[in-house]
Amino acid sequence: MIQAPDLPLWAAIAVGFLVLLGASITLIGALGLLRLRNFYERIHPPTLGSTLGTGCILIASMICFSTLHSRPMVHEVLIAIFVTLTTPITLMLLARAALYRDRSEGSAGVPQDLESVSASDIQQFAPDQP
Amino acid sequence: MSTLFLALAITAAQILLAFAMGCAAFRILRGPRAQDRVLGMDALYLAGMLLLLTYGIQTGRTLFFEGALVIGLLGFAGTVALAKFLMRGEVIE
Repeated sequence: MIQAPDLPLWAAIAVGFLVLLGASITLIGALGLLRLRNFYERIHPPTLGSTLGTGCILIASMICFSTLHSRPMVHEVLIAIFVTLTTPITLMLLARAALYRDRSEGSAGVPQDLESVSASDIQQFAPDQP
Repeated sequence: MSTLFLALAITAAQILLAFAMGCAAFRILRGPRAQDRVLGMDALYLAGMLLLLTYGIQTGRTLFFEGALVIGLLGFAGTVALAKFLMRGEVIE
């Protein structure tokens, strides 16, 4: 299914380059999701696709529709704002849930609580201090 | 000439996004724990949204944009609900 809108040369080059760049960045993020070993490492790479990948493809879509309809069409900004607002919320909720689950099970390799680490270090290095 | 270049670029981008969806689906099927599966579902929704946007560029219709917006909304709601379920064991307390 090879087809494309009839754009002038500069717009075609810009749209093609941005679409390809955004898709490659999203694929790199998905490969990171596949390859990294730990859940707390794996939670980072999908944000590559949700920030830079989405941004590139949305800018390409804006250029394409603005050139096709010969007036500025920026309704893609809606998706950009929405994704930018929601990605940190979902991933922070998910990381907190995973931390809670891992800590309640006492499994190994869990990031430690900063306050408990500093308290135990103080007791370790200065045992006579209360 | 420019149309052919654009068509090839968009098709290549769609293939790359399909591979990204495949990676996310593999993480859903294989993920050792439940939070890995939820993370894979979030990435799958995102790649699907981007794939729909590239279809919108390819056909020149704005219909696909609304579909992409709906997919983004549903992905957010689903991931938040599943994270809440993993945290508490219930979605609405």
